[in-house]
Amino acid sequence: MAITLQPAVNAAIRAHGRDAFPHECCGALLGRDGVVSEAFALPNTTEEGPRRRFLVRPGDYRAAEQRARDTGLDLLGFYHSHPDHPAKPSQYDLDHAWPSFSYVIVSVMAGEDQLLTSWLLKDDRSAFDEEPVTYAN
Amino acid sequence: MPTKILIPTPLRPFTDKLDTVELDGQTIGELLQNLTTKYSGLKQHLYTADGKLRSFVNIYVNDDDIRYLQKDQTPLKAGDTVSIIPSVAGGAPAVAEPLPELSGDEIKRYSRHLIMPEVGVEGQRKLKAAKVLCIGAGGLGSPAAMYLAAAGIGTIGIVDFDVVDFSNLQRQILHGTPDVGRSKLQSAKDRLNALNPNVHIETYEEALSSQNALRLFEPYDVILDGTDNFPTRYLVNDACVISGKPNAYGSIFRFEGQASVFATKEGPCYRCLYPEPPPPGLVPSCAEGGVFGVLPGIIGVIQATETIKLVLGAGEPLIGRFLIYDALRMRFRELKLRKDADCPVCGTHPTVTKLIDYEQFCGVAPHQVEAAKPVATSADALTATELKAELDRGETVQIIDVREPQEYQINRIPGSVLIPLGDLPKRYVELDPNANIVTQCKSGMRSAKAQAFLREKGFTRVRNLTGGVLGWVDQVDPSQPKY
Repeated sequence: MAITLQPAVNAAIRAHGRDAFPHECCGALLGRDGVVSEAFALPNTTEEGPRRRFLVRPGDYRAAEQRARDTGLDLLGFYHSHPDHPAKPSQYDLDHAWPSFSYVIVSVMAGEDQLLTSWLLKDDRSAFDEEPVTYAN
Repeated sequence: MPTKILIPTPLRPFTDKLDTVELDGQTIGELLQNLTTKYSGLKQHLYTADGKLRSFVNIYVNDDDIRYLQKDQTPLKAGDTVSIIPSVAGGAPAVAEPLPELSGDEIKRYSRHLIMPEVGVEGQRKLKAAKVLCIGAGGLGSPAAMYLAAAGIGTIGIVDFDVVDFSNLQRQILHGTPDVGRSKLQSAKDRLNALNPNVHIETYEEALSSQNALRLFEPYDVILDGTDNFPTRYLVNDACVISGKPNAYGSIFRFEGQASVFATKEGPCYRCLYPEPPPPGLVPSCAEGGVFGVLPGIIGVIQATETIKLVLGAGEPLIGRFLIYDALRMRFRELKLRKDADCPVCGTHPTVTKLIDYEQFCGVAPHQVEAAKPVATSADALTATELKAELDRGETVQIIDVREPQEYQINRIPGSVLIPLGDLPKRYVELDPNANIVTQCKSGMRSAKAQAFLREKGFTRVRNLTGGVLGWVDQVDPSQPKY
């Protein structure tokens, strides 16, 4: 599997990560056939402290699915930022992951966006597989 | 009568791609039981191993969350729609991935490690999983990278943009005589791959800068600082603190070396020891001051030792301790270092939270080396070709060579007078303040200081030889050796 980000999507995810720093940001990835054409920003509603966690509430999840339906796109996954941490999924990410979604993580170090990676949950939920990220229209 | 269940996108692969499934059930509990019986792949994503609904799985009956109804027992009636709605959650920090296995060849190769309890199979797998970034493939980087590769560090990154020069071979043992003129990275990669083909070598042919440091550091676990100048040293330190990576530090000058481990969570950083750099020019570089060739062998291997210990979590790391080694007297001294609560980078209220312009911070003009190349023609400076022309015309020029006597023995401009820069304050009185003087050193840096000094003392006609004696050898007298 691989995921393709359109340039505006890449820029939007990174800008969202910078703006939210030092907190985590999150949003939905909308597109078709593995090509993400829209980064749909969502509020981070976690009560555990947004520096370390993000949570997309059911209502916002439904909004993301609704947005996909309205625009004729599919919900391909979610993105979030890791402030001052590498772009690698955490145990917490693993515990809360859904199958078939692409999980894009952008590392934001000292307010500057760095590496961006994407991950897929293994079928047995034991770990994530990193999937290649490509950039194209 | 059947109830409609809306399946969210990520679970559709388990329901034959259906977004809606119709099943029977009197209560939510019963309905979900039937759902996971029919589509067994759903079970592990909806329920934990002990059979509880996962905390991030939300079940709605029409528009109501069952948590606020009767949970599992919520009854269903005709026309109800049940939705499975994920809440999506996650967050830092990252956890270690499972350690890689060792191949049969690797077990043979590392057998002397494997039989020691401090390393063992577990430790060797940690080394294989580890990623270490060496800043520089020079004097310190050479022995460090070779021992890291031999020890089985899985990924070694090297940042360098230099080309192998004859003058490197006296100490930079990654490179051999046939490598002169090649990129240091290519030479290093060949050498390390030959030493241990199991090791993955990443090369970065660029100068480390405030723009790229955090990006380059990110994939690595430990940063090994083998730099030879203050701007890069402060840059490495600050980037290590900001990105939370330990800095296996070493530095060398003439016969003395230093080593420590900086920027660990609990320990001090380089700035706790030296908040500010020394004034530019006070501490000469190895190119100016020389370095004992075997010295980086000792210090670079200490850095590699500390790096391997950090990866293994074994022994007592060189954290909060500053090791000073004197090769001539063959003595090691150790100073205690404390984390400074007022440190501008790692203190409790840091003022440096982003990478800054380190050349400006250290008072060094950017691209100083380029500035010393023969470009200027003015009352301030002249090139070797111009100097030769003046001498050939019979003009009276007094050339003051401000290098050290041992440098003067290697090559010199005929007729030049040797007054080492350090002796100039007491010997300038020997010179005529109105004479036509040209100051000269190896490449033009020290002689620029001499020029400024003489002008301050009232000398009227002092020009600096750009490119120094090296320019003279290149442009005028190629029969003389360069160093």
